[in-house]
Amino acid sequence: MSDRVTEPEQVRLEAQTDEGAQELRPLEGEARSRELVLTGGPWPDADDTMILNMGPQHPSTHGVLRIMMELDGETVLRAKPVVGYLHTGMEKTGEELTYVQGATNVTRMDYAAPLSNELVYSMAVERLLDLELPPRATWIRMLLVELNRVSSHLLFQATNGMDLGAVSMMIYGWREREFALRVLETITGLRMNHNFIRPGGVAADLPDGWQEDVLELCDLVERGVNEYNELLSDNPIWRERTVGIGVLTTDEALALGATGPILRSTGFAWDLRRAQPYLAYDDVEFDVIYTQNGDVFDRYQIRLYEILESLKIVRQCVERIPPGDYRVQDRKVTPPPRARIDESMEALIHHFKLFTEGFHVPAGETYVAIESPRGEIGCYLVADGTSKPVRLHIRAPSFYNLQSMDAMVPGGMFADAVAIVSSIDPIMGEVDR
Amino acid sequence: MADSADEPREDVHEPGPPPPPDDEVAAAVLAGFPGACFVDSHGQSVVYVGRAQWRDVTAFLRDEQRFTQCVDLTAVDHLVDVERAVPPGVAPERYEVVANFLSYPRNRRLRVICEVPAGEPEVTSIADLYPSLAFAEREVYDLFGIDFTGHRDIARILMPDDWIGHPLRKDDAPARVPVTFKEDPGPR
Amino acid sequence: MGLESLQRNFLTARVEDLVKWARSNSIWPATFGLACCAIEMMGTGAAHYDLSRWGMEIFRASPRQADLMIVAGRVSQKMAPVLRQVYDQMVEPKWVISMGVCASTGGMFNNYAIVQGVDQIVPVDVYVPGCPPGPETLMHGILTLYDQIKSGEILRRRTETPSGGAGIQIDQHDGVPVA
Repeated sequence: MSDRVTEPEQVRLEAQTDEGAQELRPLEGEARSRELVLTGGPWPDADDTMILNMGPQHPSTHGVLRIMMELDGETVLRAKPVVGYLHTGMEKTGEELTYVQGATNVTRMDYAAPLSNELVYSMAVERLLDLELPPRATWIRMLLVELNRVSSHLLFQATNGMDLGAVSMMIYGWREREFALRVLETITGLRMNHNFIRPGGVAADLPDGWQEDVLELCDLVERGVNEYNELLSDNPIWRERTVGIGVLTTDEALALGATGPILRSTGFAWDLRRAQPYLAYDDVEFDVIYTQNGDVFDRYQIRLYEILESLKIVRQCVERIPPGDYRVQDRKVTPPPRARIDESMEALIHHFKLFTEGFHVPAGETYVAIESPRGEIGCYLVADGTSKPVRLHIRAPSFYNLQSMDAMVPGGMFADAVAIVSSIDPIMGEVDR
Repeated sequence: MADSADEPREDVHEPGPPPPPDDEVAAAVLAGFPGACFVDSHGQSVVYVGRAQWRDVTAFLRDEQRFTQCVDLTAVDHLVDVERAVPPGVAPERYEVVANFLSYPRNRRLRVICEVPAGEPEVTSIADLYPSLAFAEREVYDLFGIDFTGHRDIARILMPDDWIGHPLRKDDAPARVPVTFKEDPGPR
Repeated sequence: MGLESLQRNFLTARVEDLVKWARSNSIWPATFGLACCAIEMMGTGAAHYDLSRWGMEIFRASPRQADLMIVAGRVSQKMAPVLRQVYDQMVEPKWVISMGVCASTGGMFNNYAIVQGVDQIVPVDVYVPGCPPGPETLMHGILTLYDQIKSGEILRRRTETPSGGAGIQIDQHDGVPVA
């Protein structure tokens, strides 16, 4: 066929039909004269590293954490967390608010477990006031904090699953968490940031019929937890992504200040609820969950079983909660019942003073620590005899736990860094305060 | 821990009455570091040391007293205190740097406080003794302006890098914005 | 290109309706959860208060693929430039819902660290109050936005007030007038 066609036509024909062409035809005319020239450089060669920014806005649902990583291919050489993107000045605001209002501020630090923040703050204020609470108040607090631990660990299961690719875990975890939040809503009035545990006790008594709600919740959550266990714990993909990843030893964890499930995953069974009991924890039976390997899988397992332990405590609360006052009847701290305000001038003035000026705390300082779902949360409170603190500092577990990233992420692959950060379970609200 | 009994102890310039027997750690610190003061603050042991001894006391606690973790390091600004509970023998300054130590094997806590003057806000860093304090010291530097000499990476951590001022100081304004409403004649 | 550049007359009315319907019926939000409100936003996307009913269950991580930025949580001074950068990267048409009181006005944190209202930085279309707003409140806010898109009110408003937002001015900080 090509004998009968002249040379330029042949080229044109062939250029138009590249079906079956084995090589690209050179372009004619103007297109041919274009040359691509690369300017710039120096170009990285095989042993140069790359700095990658996992910016403050990213789909991993741990809030606004920024991680700068130096990568050699897929291997992480260094990882540096940059925090401060959620700094709210809560400690400064805490100095502007009275002790009565303080719980509203503190509760927004660790927003996954707000009742723990309120509890540690209230305990610090009560320590400075040398207040002793009625037993029912401590048991109500314990019930609420354990329900909060359940909802916080369910949040962990959901976000951890999603970060590792098990996107349906997000839905399952939230399904159970919603039940827990509904129970908390019937008791405290709010789904989150409850401002319920206040210095002096709790804000209100438990509503009628709470026992049935709570027991039903326990059954629902237990069923859910068993479902997660079946779905994930023996799942080969899950195990590949978590077993042996982000291994931390006890020495590293202690040196880097990690507490809570991270420390317990390394084989060190330290739980403040057992070691330095507060509320009524020495009166209830529960086990401290710990594992030996210190990897991501272990931390997932610990938090899973801790849900079951918390449900155990909750069931004991339902059976054994004592009757009595839900808040200390010290006129200094406790406002009068609302009905009295209509009857008594004194009650009205008392109520007014308490909610405008607040109560005065004698000069002193104290540090109280409890076990939040993330580790040891502490409140360092300095008072000077007025109604506002001089210094309200919360020792946030995630602030210190994040430093354990230094020992876990370098040396692993980039995708494992996501798994590791997720297993640390940081809440940026308390990291940055 | 002991029941609450907040009686500040006597000054220890010359050998005074010893601290209560159930706190041998505080006794050891007082014995090893002259000039330190002990206080029982609502049932918790607190030791006040001088700035010069800060690092040595920390090393002593870590190496000899088995305080495995320093759980918290923070600072307090006492500029506008109405009333201040300082034990006798301690010269109060504007800032205090407070460290809370926890010993896991002995299951006890100790708080160590040192006074830092306003004119010279700096303390030796202990972040190499307790690596967990790397972030905490940066936070104190950021929010109070207290310098930690010897810290390998002292820089702002919570505020933007170009922020001027140290927000948690009492003379640094909280910067409240008056609440305004649309079509309001003036700010409330 | 876009609805705004069409010359509006009776011929384009049907096209406009179609475009508005299409735009509103599957708005993809960008992940911009910052603090506690993010938890409630995730709860709204989860099983009990399903956002998937309105096609919004996928939160796109890349702002280029997102239509809606739900600023869920308090915006700190350090985060403000990041917020603006993400907003700028979003492609028109884009909308902003300011979720919660911290994003709307600074909330309970009236201090140095929090931007007093995200509308200082980006134009906001719907403000959802609450601390945090429950899922039903957020859904109400989202549906309000939908109605406004469907009726075209948002486009009209955009052209009237180029800055958008509530127009609140901050004149002074602790007695020092802002330049």
